[in-house]
Amino acid sequence: MSTSHVVSSRPAAREPEGVILRYSLSERVHHWLAAFTYIYCLITGLAFWSPYMFWLATLVGGGPTARFWHPWFGVGFTLSVFWMFKMWRSDMVTTDADRRWSKAVKYYIENEDERVPAAGRFNFGQKWFLWLMLYGVALLLISGLGLWFVESIPWSLRWLRYTAVTVHVVAALATIGGFIIHVYMSTAMVSGSFSAMIHGQVTTAWAKTHHRLWYEQVTKGTSAKR
Amino acid sequence: MSQATLAIRRISGHPGPAPGEGVERDYQVCKLVDTTTCIGCKACEVACLEWNGYEFTDTVFDNSYQTMPETTWKYWNLIKFNEHEREDGSITLLMRKDQCMHCADPGCLAACPADGAIVQYTNGIVDFQQQNCIGCGYCVSGCPFDIPKFNPATKKMFKCTLCVDRVSEGLEPACIKSCPTGCLHFGTKDDMKDLAETRATQLRENFGFEKAGVYDPAGVGGTGVIYVLHDVTNPEAYGGLPKDPHIPWVVRFWKGPAKWIGNLGMLGGLLGVTLHYLRVGPKQVDPAKTENGGQP
Repeated sequence: MSTSHVVSSRPAAREPEGVILRYSLSERVHHWLAAFTYIYCLITGLAFWSPYMFWLATLVGGGPTARFWHPWFGVGFTLSVFWMFKMWRSDMVTTDADRRWSKAVKYYIENEDERVPAAGRFNFGQKWFLWLMLYGVALLLISGLGLWFVESIPWSLRWLRYTAVTVHVVAALATIGGFIIHVYMSTAMVSGSFSAMIHGQVTTAWAKTHHRLWYEQVTKGTSAKR
Repeated sequence: MSQATLAIRRISGHPGPAPGEGVERDYQVCKLVDTTTCIGCKACEVACLEWNGYEFTDTVFDNSYQTMPETTWKYWNLIKFNEHEREDGSITLLMRKDQCMHCADPGCLAACPADGAIVQYTNGIVDFQQQNCIGCGYCVSGCPFDIPKFNPATKKMFKCTLCVDRVSEGLEPACIKSCPTGCLHFGTKDDMKDLAETRATQLRENFGFEKAGVYDPAGVGGTGVIYVLHDVTNPEAYGGLPKDPHIPWVVRFWKGPAKWIGNLGMLGGLLGVTLHYLRVGPKQVDPAKTENGGQP
């Protein structure tokens, strides 16, 4: 395996026969940074959410420890999401292909993929997930600061305390919804995506099946031997 | 302050019933603060610090009798001084002893996520159990009186305990014991309400305070600290005593319907993806595409 993909920010067509680089090392590192910090916030957040899940706090060292680290991991998650946004923003713009894709999302869900229009590097669902997490984490950060420093909000502005609680809950639940779908699709539904985020590579067949436009884009200009 | 000898009626963040739920064994204890006979001597503040083992903190001078703007994590009892202009233009000083109100329906306890960090004993005292507190500050959002305060060193919340360690031994709270004018009383809720109503009637009939009355707000189910006020229609004049305190509806929604909606949503999501997998299964790479180059 060549190391060229380690330094290239964009996938290069210099992988072994039948394999394409899908995620650079930097992309993978930031993804797993986001995953780790989000899961920490999820476990501790669920512990604070419901008495029936408070036991989750013992997994990470107990209630006070969970409370101490939750906001800091939240800051870490925010930074990693912003970084992913910076890395992928050009790939995440909605295109005409996305509009066609979204009209056929029913067939995508039903696995009738022959009826689904070709997708670029990310399909419309993946783009939607990034936007959900980006706006979600922005709301979580702002409202989280209100919960973190609740005593700094003066009594006369206490409506801000209540708004912070509401926004934090709503935004957290929205990201959890996206997170469930994201984990399900990348580990169970779309074979090959999980290993793509680990090793960075996908087979050409995978690329052609799931992201045809991207495949054509990254192989354009290279020989047609693939 | 953990008081193992007292039965517990409510437990914060607790999955399941409390042992003393529905038990009516104990008298409800109550402090009565008669603001009309308070002279603002602050003996109750000193007694509170003495009994609970705290030292004086720096005071703030703001051209009034007010020694500090509000209670702190280690200053649980503070007289609030308020210059009040009467209708005839004359000035009077309203003095109110501010502390935890020990609500029958405590917002702090409703908001608290930590199992057993806040308890309500069957005698009505609401007490923080610092060994269980995680320092999240949700109680700050739940309290309609802005009472719980955070100790940044230990990352635990503190407030007035109603001297539960004295009360459980049959003693009156330290503040009550120190009051030189007898404006502070302690006893059962029923007795204190009787005494308060008697005093309010006296104020109305004999002293010309036509609006005198008892502050025992129903919005929080009544409180374990009740006030006699010269003008019960304007409690805000007494250092921002809320007219109709209740647990913020956001906190009620957050700890009630939102919990169920959120939990059902999360459960529905997990169930949905499981059913999806069972019904349509994984997406496979099209084997036809492994051959024949990039052409469809």
